[in-house]
Amino acid sequence: MATYEPVIGLEVHAELLTESKMFCPCAVVDATSAAPNQHICPVCTAQPGALPVINRQAVEYAMMVGLALNCQINRFNQFSRKSYFYPDLPKGYQITQYEHPIASNGWLDIEVAGSDGQVISKRIGIRRAHMEEDTGKSTHVGDASLVDLNRAGVPLLEIVSEPDFRSVEEIEAYARKLRSILQYLGVNHGDMSKGVLRFEANVSVREAGSNVLNTRTEIKNLNSIRSMVRASRFEIARQTEVYENGGEVKQQTLGFNEVTGETRSQRSKETASDYRYFPEPDLPPLMIDPAWVDELRAKLPELPDAKRGRFVTAFGLSEDDAAVLVSDKAIADYYETGLKAKGDPQKLANWITIELFRYLNEANLEITDLKVGPAQLVALINMVEDGQINNNTAKDVLAIMLEDGREAAPIVEEKGWGLISDTSELEAIIDNLIEGNPDPVHSYLGGKEGLLGWFIGQVMKETKGQADAALVRDLFAKKFDTLREQS
Amino acid sequence: MTDLTSLTIMQAGQKLAAAEMTSVELTRAYLDRIEAVEPQVQAFITITAEQALEQAQQADERRKKGEKGPLLGIPLAYKDVVTTLGVETTCGSRILEGYKPPYTATAVRFLEEAGAVMLGKLNMDEFAMGSSTENSGYKITRNPWDLERVPGGSSGGSAAAVAARMAAGTLGSDTGGSIRQPASLSGVVGLKPAYGRVSRYGLVAYSSSLDQIGPFAHTVEDVALLLEVIAGHDPRDSTSMQTADTGFASSLKQDLKGLRVGVPREFFIEGIEKDVESAVRRAIEKLAELGAAIIEISLPHTQYALPTYYLTATAECSANLARFDGIRYGPREQAGNVLETYRKTRGEMFGAEVKRRIMLGTYALSAGYYDAYYLKAQKIRTLIKRDFDEAFRQVDVIAAPASPTTAFKIGEKVDDPLQMYLNDIFTLSTNLAGICGLSVPCGFDQAGLPIGMQLLGPGFSADRPNAGEALILRAGHAYQHATDWREKTPAL
Repeated sequence: MATYEPVIGLEVHAELLTESKMFCPCAVVDATSAAPNQHICPVCTAQPGALPVINRQAVEYAMMVGLALNCQINRFNQFSRKSYFYPDLPKGYQITQYEHPIASNGWLDIEVAGSDGQVISKRIGIRRAHMEEDTGKSTHVGDASLVDLNRAGVPLLEIVSEPDFRSVEEIEAYARKLRSILQYLGVNHGDMSKGVLRFEANVSVREAGSNVLNTRTEIKNLNSIRSMVRASRFEIARQTEVYENGGEVKQQTLGFNEVTGETRSQRSKETASDYRYFPEPDLPPLMIDPAWVDELRAKLPELPDAKRGRFVTAFGLSEDDAAVLVSDKAIADYYETGLKAKGDPQKLANWITIELFRYLNEANLEITDLKVGPAQLVALINMVEDGQINNNTAKDVLAIMLEDGREAAPIVEEKGWGLISDTSELEAIIDNLIEGNPDPVHSYLGGKEGLLGWFIGQVMKETKGQADAALVRDLFAKKFDTLREQS
Repeated sequence: MTDLTSLTIMQAGQKLAAAEMTSVELTRAYLDRIEAVEPQVQAFITITAEQALEQAQQADERRKKGEKGPLLGIPLAYKDVVTTLGVETTCGSRILEGYKPPYTATAVRFLEEAGAVMLGKLNMDEFAMGSSTENSGYKITRNPWDLERVPGGSSGGSAAAVAARMAAGTLGSDTGGSIRQPASLSGVVGLKPAYGRVSRYGLVAYSSSLDQIGPFAHTVEDVALLLEVIAGHDPRDSTSMQTADTGFASSLKQDLKGLRVGVPREFFIEGIEKDVESAVRRAIEKLAELGAAIIEISLPHTQYALPTYYLTATAECSANLARFDGIRYGPREQAGNVLETYRKTRGEMFGAEVKRRIMLGTYALSAGYYDAYYLKAQKIRTLIKRDFDEAFRQVDVIAAPASPTTAFKIGEKVDDPLQMYLNDIFTLSTNLAGICGLSVPCGFDQAGLPIGMQLLGPGFSADRPNAGEALILRAGHAYQHATDWREKTPAL
């Protein structure tokens, strides 16, 4: 039987977190928490006679994304009206870029596992990115519907990929990387629970190795990367089954049911809306000065790939460690702040990717939620380096720090967890051991030097692990030297 | 004592400045006049008497504190298509009945800042769609010169209010002739500024790329004073021009020596009334007597203006009027679901002409028809604009009739939309080209109905030092100064 491969293209709608909305001075706020209809004005509520004015910051943000995605920034920009009726679309049309988007013809390299398990890089084409305005939010309560226009007019950038994806792993890698780039650029915080990133997947399947593009379906309103992956996986399986049974896939728009994990038809092509696009007469064409583009290009922050490369070459991190650290800007920021506090690059990386990540996973938190800042973590790591505590103690100290946010040193002191580096105290223990264990002492002096480990272990046992192991080793060495001379 | 309402804005301003009267007295005179003749004329949808007297009092106080200005304390009224904070703004439509805007249109705000007094809001064809003001959802405004006839439209209330001396000046809006045609039919002066001269913020959109606010008054001089205040860049309107052009009023002093006046042969066609043609031709001769050089010109794409206009304007209006859905403001005809609510609200609250234009525009923008209709219209629009560019290389202003007819009878054309549309045949191309146009009274027909001459001037251009409005106002003023048509007034 033939095997099938998916062909997927993605549309990502990213809210641009500008100070004000796309076409009016209203503040852009968290639509999931702000009191409804507080951030509205004549323009975004479509009062008769009100007119849109383009937000310069939104255009800049859009260009920054375009540049980060290796797009050409188009000089001639035009907005159009996309007409349809819905209560959360106040004007009865959405202002969007249709024929003349701000950015086009770009690409993004993603990393995915190859067939042999090796990480390989794959280039995904970016067809275009265009600016538009968000709609309001409808809430259905019983037989009534409530409309909140806080979100109406918030700038959106729609980023449209080429149908270059051949697996759900690829779309996931792409979405995560794109999200991370938007965070690095500071144009979107990437918190999908706030609805600032939304996805649409165009999915078709075909016999593996074929070049045909089969009929695709469009899965709309996917509110997280996880939903997008689940919905696409379901849809690939559904279409594959249709073909395996000799059927035909119907072109249609699908919704995704989070509960059942299934896609379902919203409307078929036959009843597709005619949006009646035409150029927005209230906004003259926007001409982008190439000097403006150059200025932004020069100001672009370091992006994840560049940062990863730098972490590898400058700090000797492994590709894997570097990739994990740069995947989320907040984590990379945490790491780099820690470095500034004189943290050792490798040890800091280890503590973040092992200890902190474990805690974040268990507590279901983001790194920005931590009570322990990077400088505090570095101070803890340095206590281990300086021999004030050992590694295991440090983990216990960190657990307390994560709970109450205190510094490491007072915790160590309070708990009395500092290493015993008092020579006389340790000498007394060592003398006792030597006196009480004549046989092993004899064996050691007779040449069984491997027994040193046993002696050190006994001291550790006696001190509940708080002895400074290096110091104990030195003290034993001296003691045995003296005994040798005496005998 | 002379009737204060017979004063021009200029004269009234001088009397106010000389403390020969107060704005309260002047405003009272207008309110009395409204009380006396409004029942016959029906120009107003809303009369804001109380507010007007308050504003007049404030104007008087400002003047006492030393403030000056030609519009300080002058009573005006506005077409009901511009928003006025807290004062009902209906656009002549039932779908906005009771709607009190949360903000004031920029042009009105500029007038308020200059100290103008608002007497009320004026009747119009619903959403400025019409040429007779018969399409109002509220009332039919009558022509003060003959109450059986229309005042023209869509700014019929604005023209009639000035003609009947119910306001010293008014604002209208002109999308395809809606200022110049009623000015012509009602025997007053009306100016459509070049596109981008006056902010459209707060002008309820009919056709965004064609709409422009403009003033009505008895004299060209008064119209220039009003333009001076309402013109200027507005950061809230991206289509309003960044320009330093002012001095419209002072440009009037120049005579017409050397002014080149173009007469387009395409504007003197079959279908134009004999009296109209001869009056306009005599007016052009008068311009020549005043020193202007008369040059015959051609605007070869004029015949395409009507279909081009009706595709462009209806396409834009189909989107512009989508917001009137009964959800956020205006009356709602609640039905079982949202689609039915839309259908019922829009079906019952919009008038026939508005629905006709929305349907036309929806069709012109539909998939499969866009290229053949909307897109082709835009291409022809470019050709029409080029005609004018070409003409204005040869001449400074263009003179033509404002309307092919004088005022027609109420009901005469309501059943024949095409006949109604043809009444705007001489004004549509101005809006398509974005240039400016003025209608100045230039005589009467045998029935004693007023006739208007239209003067067209260039729009914005980087290489043209003078505003087109300054040229046409100068020509209109010189003409008005040399003629006495203004002495005849409607007998009400």
